[in-house]
Amino acid sequence: MQKNVYIGLYVVVAILMVLPFVLPNSFYIDLAIRMAINAVIVLGLNLLIGFAGQISLGHAGFLGIGAYASAVLPTHFGWHPLLAMLAGAAATAVLATVVARPIFKLKGNYLAMATLGLGIIINIALRNESQWTGGPDGMAVPAFSLLGFDLTTDKQWYWVISFILVVSVWASLNLIDSPFGRALRALHGSEVASQVVGVDVVRYKVAIFVMSAVFASLMGSVTAHYVGFVTPNFADFFHSIELVTMVVIGGMASVYGSLVGAVLLTALPQALATFEGWETVIFGAILMLCMIFLPKGLVPTLAAKFGKGE
Amino acid sequence: MSMLQVRDLSIHFGGVKAVQNVSFNIDSGIVYAVIGPNGAGKTTLFNLITGVYKPTTGEIRLEGEAIQGHSPNELARRGVARTFQNLQICMNMSAIENVMVGAHLRLDRNLVKAALRFPALKSADRALREEAAELMRFVGLEQYIDARADAMSYGALKRLEIGRALAMQPRLIFLDEPAAGLNPKETIEIDHLVRKIADSGVTVVLVEHDMKMVMNLSDRILVLDYGKKLAEGTGEEIRKNPDVIAAYLGAHA
Repeated sequence: MQKNVYIGLYVVVAILMVLPFVLPNSFYIDLAIRMAINAVIVLGLNLLIGFAGQISLGHAGFLGIGAYASAVLPTHFGWHPLLAMLAGAAATAVLATVVARPIFKLKGNYLAMATLGLGIIINIALRNESQWTGGPDGMAVPAFSLLGFDLTTDKQWYWVISFILVVSVWASLNLIDSPFGRALRALHGSEVASQVVGVDVVRYKVAIFVMSAVFASLMGSVTAHYVGFVTPNFADFFHSIELVTMVVIGGMASVYGSLVGAVLLTALPQALATFEGWETVIFGAILMLCMIFLPKGLVPTLAAKFGKGE
Repeated sequence: MSMLQVRDLSIHFGGVKAVQNVSFNIDSGIVYAVIGPNGAGKTTLFNLITGVYKPTTGEIRLEGEAIQGHSPNELARRGVARTFQNLQICMNMSAIENVMVGAHLRLDRNLVKAALRFPALKSADRALREEAAELMRFVGLEQYIDARADAMSYGALKRLEIGRALAMQPRLIFLDEPAAGLNPKETIEIDHLVRKIADSGVTVVLVEHDMKMVMNLSDRILVLDYGKKLAEGTGEEIRKNPDVIAAYLGAHA
C-alpha cells in the first residue's frame, strides 16, 4: 500500500504519452487538454475537500482572478504573461488568506457560505468593470510566450499541460504521505484529536485553502492563454459547483479519483450533446445515480470492491 | 517536585457549575487517579487541563508555569498528551498513521518540502514508521500494524489512542477511562500497560470506573462529586473516607 500508489502515476504518464498518437483529430486533443486542466484544478480542490474536509463553493472565482490577471495585465499594461500569471496567483493568495483567517476560526457551514459569497463577488466585479474586463462579453487573451518561444499549437499545449498534470499528481501523492498531509487528514478525521497532538488546525486549514486557491488561479491563467479568450462565465457559481461535483463523483480523498472525476465530467456534456435540450436533465440524473450507488465516489468504491484501496 | 498544580479551578456552562473550586497537586512520576460518580466532572476536568475548555476561574501550573486557557496544541508542545473517553480516532487513516500523527510536533511539517519529496523528510518518515510500529507493539497492537483504523475492534482502538499519545513522547499523559467497555481480560492488559507507561517515567493521570484497577495502580486518588473535590489521598485513605463511601453507596453518613 505504501509503494504501489505511485504505480498509478506511471499509468497516467503512459496514457498521456500515447494519447496524441491515438486521438483522431484536434477536437479530441482539445478535449484532452480541457480534461487535464480540470484534473489539475480538481486535484487541488480535493486536497481541500477530500483530505482536509473543508469546502469551497467559490473556486471558480479564484480561476477567474488568474484568468483575468493573464488577460488584463498584458493587454492594458503590457506586462509579461508570466509576470501577470504570478501576479494573479499572488493576489489570489492574499485574498484567500484574508478571507480564510477569520472564517476558519468558526465551525460549521460558514466556510461554504463565505466562499460562495466570495466567488459571486469576484464574478460580479469581473462583469461590472467592463472598461478593464470587457464586461459580460469577455476579452481576448494574448498568446503565452517564454524566452522568445510562443505557445500556439494544440500539440505544444498538450505537452505543457500534460507535464503540469503529472507533476501535480506526483506532488499530491507526496504531500498526502507526509507530516503535513497526515496533519490535514487527521484534522478531518478528528479535529480535537489532531489538536491534542499539537496540530494548529486553523493554520493548516488556511494553508491548504490558500494552496488550492493558488492552484486554481494558476490554472485559470493557463486556461485563459490556451483558450485565448475569457468571459465572466468562467468564474461563475456553476463552474464552482461543477468542480466540486468532479471531486465528489471521482472520489473524495482520492488522487486518482480527482483525475477520473475531471475526465468524466468534462467528457459527459460532449457525449450528451446529441440529446439537444435534455443534456442538463440527463447530466443531473447521472450525478444523482452516482451519489445513490457510489456515495464514496467512483475510484474509492471500485478500489474497495476489488480489494486494493488506494 | 509537582508536575501539575491546580488551584481553585472552576468552569460554568450557563448556570451549570461543572467543576467548582477544585485544587490538587500531582507529583512527578506517579499514577494519579480521578474518580467519582457519572457526571461528577471528571472528563470536564481533563478538558480544562488539556485546553479543550477554558476555565471560568482558577489556575493550572505545569512544572510551575501557568497554562490555564492555553490551546490544546500549545499544551501538546509542552508535553501534555491525552486519550478520550469517546474514541477520537481518525478513521480516514490507517492504524499506524494514527500513531504517526502523534509525532506531529517532532517532524518537519514544511509543505513545499513534502510536495517535492525531499529525501531528508522521507527518511525521517521511514524512521518514524518503524518507531510507530514499535509503539504499536508496546501497546499490544502488533497484529494491527498494517490494518486500517476502521477495521479495528473497540478495545484495539482504545490502545491505538494510547499509542498515539505516547508517540508525542509526553511528560504527562491523561487517560480518560482506558478500560471502559473492555472485558475483564482486556482490562487486566490495560492495567499492565498503564503500569509500563508509568514505569517509563511518564506521569499518568487516570479517570476510571474500574475500582480494582484504580486501587491497584494509583499512588494517589482524587474523588469528585457534583463538580467538587470530595476527598484526596492514597487508596487506603480513600477507601476509608466516610464521604466517599456515602457518595458511592448513597448512604447518609
